[in-house]
Amino acid sequence: MSTAPAAGKHELPRVHYLNIDYGIRSWLFTTDHKRIALLYLASISFFFVLGGLFATIIRLELLTPAGDLMESETYNKLFTMHGIAMIFFFLIPSVPAVLGNFLVPMMIGARDLAFPRINLLSWYIYTLGGLFTLFAMASGGVDTGWTFYTPYSSTYSNTHVMATALGVFILGFSSILTGFNFIITIHKMRAPGLTWFRLPLFIWAHYATSVIMILGTPVVAIAIALVGIERLFHVGIFDPALGGDPVLFQHLFWFYSHPAVYIMILPSMGVISEIVCCFSRKKIFGYPFVAFSSVAIALLGFLVWGHHMFVSSQSMYAGMVFSILSFLVAIPSAVKVFNWTATMYKGSVMYNAPMLYAMGFIGLFTMGGLTGLFLSTLATDVHLHDTYFVVAHFHYIMVGGAIMGYLGGIHFWWPKISGRLYPEGWARFSALVIFIGFNLTFFPQFVLGYLGMPRRYHAYPPEFQVLNVMSTAGASILAVGYAIPLVYLIWSLRYGLAAGPNPWGAKGLEWQTTSPPPTFNFPETPVVDEEAYEYYPMKEAEVV
Amino acid sequence: MSEHSIALAHQFDDLEQQKEAAILGMWVFLVTEVMFFGGMFTGYTIYRFKYHEAFMAGSDHLDLLLGATNTVVLALSSLTMAMAVRSAQLGKRRALMSYLSLTLLLGSAFLVIKGVEYSHKFHQHLVPGPHFAFEGHDPQHAQLFFSFYFAMTGFHALHMIVGIGLLAVILWMSYKGRFNAEYHNPVEVSGLYWHFVDIVWIFLFPLLYLVGHHR
Repeated sequence: MSTAPAAGKHELPRVHYLNIDYGIRSWLFTTDHKRIALLYLASISFFFVLGGLFATIIRLELLTPAGDLMESETYNKLFTMHGIAMIFFFLIPSVPAVLGNFLVPMMIGARDLAFPRINLLSWYIYTLGGLFTLFAMASGGVDTGWTFYTPYSSTYSNTHVMATALGVFILGFSSILTGFNFIITIHKMRAPGLTWFRLPLFIWAHYATSVIMILGTPVVAIAIALVGIERLFHVGIFDPALGGDPVLFQHLFWFYSHPAVYIMILPSMGVISEIVCCFSRKKIFGYPFVAFSSVAIALLGFLVWGHHMFVSSQSMYAGMVFSILSFLVAIPSAVKVFNWTATMYKGSVMYNAPMLYAMGFIGLFTMGGLTGLFLSTLATDVHLHDTYFVVAHFHYIMVGGAIMGYLGGIHFWWPKISGRLYPEGWARFSALVIFIGFNLTFFPQFVLGYLGMPRRYHAYPPEFQVLNVMSTAGASILAVGYAIPLVYLIWSLRYGLAAGPNPWGAKGLEWQTTSPPPTFNFPETPVVDEEAYEYYPMKEAEVV
Repeated sequence: MSEHSIALAHQFDDLEQQKEAAILGMWVFLVTEVMFFGGMFTGYTIYRFKYHEAFMAGSDHLDLLLGATNTVVLALSSLTMAMAVRSAQLGKRRALMSYLSLTLLLGSAFLVIKGVEYSHKFHQHLVPGPHFAFEGHDPQHAQLFFSFYFAMTGFHALHMIVGIGLLAVILWMSYKGRFNAEYHNPVEVSGLYWHFVDIVWIFLFPLLYLVGHHR
C-alpha cells in the first residue's frame, strides 16, 4: 500500500520564497538559506553529471581487456577527475549543502541559519574552487589520483596539479563554513521547546557531520597547501629526495579524507531516519542510540585513518591499533541499521519512492559496511589492497549509501522544495532501476578484486572480461536510472500537482508551513511540545 | 517586533541571541584554525624528532633578539586589544578607537620586524629552494627546518595581515559610531581572533627559536 497524496485539493501559496522576487540578482545576492540550497543543487548536479561522464568513459575503456580506447595516461586523468568531481564537488556538499541548507533552519523552527551571508559566501567559495578545478580539467587534466599522493603530485606529475589542488583547497573552506553555520544554528536557534532530544535525527546527523567538517577540513587544507609550497618553491616537505617524508602526507591527507567518508554518509543516514519513520508510521526505535551513534561515528571516524596505510611502511603496531579501531566503527553503524529495521518492524510500511531509496540504502550500506571489515583486517587487506574489491566497497558506501540517501531525501522533500508532487510511478521505477543497475555495476567488482584485478589500470588480462562487461552493462542501466529523475523532477516543476503543506502526513516542523515555504519559513515561531516522530499506526480508512 | 534595534539581524529573536551566536561562531572558527595550524605543528614535531641535530643547527640560525622583540610586541598588542574590547563594553568610543589604533600599530610593527628577519634569511641563503646554502653536516634536513619555519611563520603572518585588515574595518565602524554598550559583537569577535593569532605565535616562538638554542 502507499499513500496517495490527495490530488487537486491544494493550491500553491500566493507568495513563497521562489516567487517573492525574480531576476538573476535576487538569486546571486540572496541570503535565504532555501535559495542558497537551490544554488548548490544546480552546482552539484553539474559536477555529478561531469563525474558521471568520466565514469562512463572509464567503464567503456574497461569493456575490453586491451587498452584500445585511450592511453594509460589519459585513463589516469579520467579516474582522477572522476574522483575529484564526485568526492569533493558532489558527495561532500550533496546532502548537507542542499538538503541541510534547506532543512536545518526549518526543522528547528528558525527563520534562517545563524549567518546567512556566510552561507552565501560558502556557495561562492564552492564556485570559485569549482572554476579552478574546471580550468585544470579543461586545460589537460590532472593524473595524481584524487589522493594527491606525494612525491608524485609535488614533484613528478606534469599535469595541472597546482590549479586542481588550489581548487580543492578553496573548496574546503566552503565546507568549513557550512559546518560552522550548522553548529551555531543548532546550538543557538532552536525553537522554544525544541530540546536536544526532541530534535529530528536529521539534525543530529548534520551536527555530527559539521563537527567532522570543521575538525578535518583544515588539516587537508594545510596538507594540500604544503604540497603546493613544495611544488612551487621546490622545497622538501614530503619529497624524500629533499629530506621529507611522503608517509607524513598520507597521514595528514587521510586524517581528513577518512572522516570525509563520514561527511558523505552521515547526512544520508539522517535522511534515512526521517524517511523510515514517516513511511513506517512509527516512532524511531531507540532514539538516543541512533542520535549518539552519529556522534560516535564522527568521533571514532577520526581514529581510523591509518587503515588506508596498512601497506605503506606504517609500523605494524600502529596498523593493529588502527585495525581494531576500524572494527569499532562498525558498531554505531550497525546500531543504525538495526534500529531502522526495528522501526519498520510492525510498522505500516508504505512503499513510496523515498522509502524504496531508504530500503535500498539500508541493504547497500550494509553490504558496503560488511565488506569494509575485510579491508580493516590486516591480513586480508594485504591481499585486497588496491584491488577492485576496495573500489566496490567504497562505491557501495558512497553510491549505494550516500547517493541513495541523497536521492531519497530529494524525493521526500521535493514537495516542500518545489511545492509540487513528482510522478510517483516514475519515481518508484527509477529507484528500482538504480538499485538493479548499481548492483550489476559494482557487485562483479568485488569478485574481480578478490581474484586480484588491481584498480587504476586501463588494461587487464582477458579472463577478467566477463565480469567487466557485466559491470559496464550495469553502469549503463545505472546511468538511465539517474537520468529519469532528472527529467521528471524538472517536468514536475511545471506540471506536478500542488503538494499542499504536508503530503506525506509527516511529523517535523518543516511540514507545518506552506509548500513552498515563505522566505522566513514560518508566519510565527513554532513552539514544540512533543518528541520527534510521534507517528501512530495508520488506520485502514486513511490508507488509499 | 517593533522594539528591535537596527543592529539586530532578521534571523535572530534578540540581541542576546545574536551576540551568543557571534561569539560561539568565532570560537568554532578558531577550532578550525587550531586544526589548520595543528597539521603543521604535527609535521614539525615529527621531523624535529627524526632529524634532531639538523633542526637544532637550523634553530641556531634564527635571530633570537628579533624573535623575542616580536613576542613582546604581540603580547602588548593583545593587552591593547583587551583594553579595546573593554572600552567597547563600556561604550567609550574614543578609548575604543585609540586602543584599536594602538593594536593596529603594534601588529604592523610585528610584520615589519618579521620582514626584516625574512630579508636577513634571504641574504644568508637560508630560504629553502635552489639557492639554499647551509654550512653544517646535514644541510638537507636543515632545509626541512627552514621549510617549516617559513611555512609556519608565513601562515601566521598571513593571519596577522587578515587581523590588521579586520581591525581597520572595526576602527572605521567605530569611527562611524556603529557600536555602543549594547551592541559591539564585531569588536569582541575580532578580539578573540586577535588573541588567537597571538597565541599561535606564543607557541611558534619557543618551538622554532628557543628549543635547542645554544648561544
